[in-house]
Amino acid sequence: MTATLEPPVAATPIMVPRVTFEPRDAEPEPIATGELAIEVRDFSFWYGQVQALQHVSLTVPRRAVTALIGPSGCGKSTFLRSINRMNDLISGTRVEGEIVVEGASVYGSEIDLVAHRQRVGMVFQRPNPFPKSIYDNVAYGPALNALCSRRDLPDLVEQCLRRAALWDEVRDRLDAPATGLSGGQQQRLCIARALGNQPTVLLMDEPCSALDPIATQRVEELIFELKRDYTIVIVTHNMQQAARVSDFTGFFDRGGLLVELGGTNQIFTNPKHERTEAYITGRFG
Amino acid sequence: MVGLMIGAVIVAVLPLIFILGSLIVRGAGSLSVAFFTRMPVPAGETGGGVLHAIVGTLIIVGIAALMGVPIGMGAGLHAAEYPGSKISWTARFVADVMNGTPSIVVGVFAYTLVVAPQKHYSAFAGSLALAVLMVPMIMRSTEELIKLVPNSLREAALALGYARWRTSLSIVLRTALPGIVTGSLLAIARVAGETAPLLLTALGNQYFSVDINGPMETLPHVVYKYATGPYEEWHQFAWAAALVLILVVLVLSIAARIATRQKFGGARG
Repeated sequence: MTATLEPPVAATPIMVPRVTFEPRDAEPEPIATGELAIEVRDFSFWYGQVQALQHVSLTVPRRAVTALIGPSGCGKSTFLRSINRMNDLISGTRVEGEIVVEGASVYGSEIDLVAHRQRVGMVFQRPNPFPKSIYDNVAYGPALNALCSRRDLPDLVEQCLRRAALWDEVRDRLDAPATGLSGGQQQRLCIARALGNQPTVLLMDEPCSALDPIATQRVEELIFELKRDYTIVIVTHNMQQAARVSDFTGFFDRGGLLVELGGTNQIFTNPKHERTEAYITGRFG
Repeated sequence: MVGLMIGAVIVAVLPLIFILGSLIVRGAGSLSVAFFTRMPVPAGETGGGVLHAIVGTLIIVGIAALMGVPIGMGAGLHAAEYPGSKISWTARFVADVMNGTPSIVVGVFAYTLVVAPQKHYSAFAGSLALAVLMVPMIMRSTEELIKLVPNSLREAALALGYARWRTSLSIVLRTALPGIVTGSLLAIARVAGETAPLLLTALGNQYFSVDINGPMETLPHVVYKYATGPYEEWHQFAWAAALVLILVVLVLSIAARIATRQKFGGARG
């Protein structure tokens, strides 16, 4: 059974994607010893009777990009959505263990969910701008959470759109409906909308999977820019993308197990675990 | 197969065309500016109008909409946003039963609730009956439209720190609003033509009245009264009033279409 999953030897050169990867000069330590934005301890998650995550423990360093990769159904999206408790929407879910974001226990009884979600922004798989104007999309979060005065709101919106590399494209039509933008522009608008809340952590759930290669490249460049100020956790299906944008990479395997977490360079060139190696060389997934 | 379907469409549309056609042929002759601006004249004279009934219909249906639309929309929003809750299940069940209830029964309900204790007929009782008829229709159409709002929008709002209720009101409801307005206008148009509950509540009034605590004339009732009357002039009058009633419903339906079209135009624009 397992043997049949292995591709024939002759096909290997074709099937293995070549992960082009330039070694970086200053590779961060695999598990940063310094400032941690997120600490996860022994976290398990159930959808009803089905266990989606098993005893996941990991740390996410501040102001760096941590990519989570793994085959479909491995629980990486579930994990990401556990960080800002988006899974609360689904009935019949249950958690064990602890997730601590910037010192606050996310599943603790004292958490203020509204404030927590304001600090932890999220970008989704498909661009999902509100059917409102471009301006309102960015302004709604900060206006709701009273993060800045009404007078400063236009400046904040401009700043967020600039940071999301969208300002030059939309500056003349801020009142136009956001749904009229292209897919890539909509996704950058969603990033700007998340930035409007002035978060410290950005969660990205396969943010480029619905975008064409050029739009993908723009979003990746943006991620690279944003990590100077934000802690970014990105779930991606695309290993090359993980290799390009992230500083740290975690590999989830089927059954919701975190197999390995380390510096991206190390994971892609010298993985410690054979399942990781099998996945990144394209032998399953 | 296509031929059969075309045949079915023709069979469905023919009665409509006959009704509209005969209304226009028989009623249009009596339509004049006076018909909209004057009061009826005594039997035997020609001329006169149904101003009292037009105003009465607008008042009764307007008050019914003020009561019925918010309740229907709120119930529909709750049923769609919390589909599993007991309240939602009950409301859905009751709405489905209510949708099939004969309107005369609703008329009796309003009669026992308002008319009997007060010991006089009133326009308000008519509005109440129409509102009761309206609520289940609006609730069900609102629920269906809210369900169409993609879940990704809810997630986006919640992820920005919106509370659940605020997400429902300012994102979900706003997104579905054009469709909900359409559904509500269609429900209003539908009850505007109701006669049976009004016979037991608003009764009818041969004089001009804007007192919602007393009997008031309505267009469906004018049609009923004059069509069953003994005089040929009355019959003419009934035809014209029926045409006006159809026009009122038509205007509401067209407004509903426009509301929907703007939604799709906005999405593209």
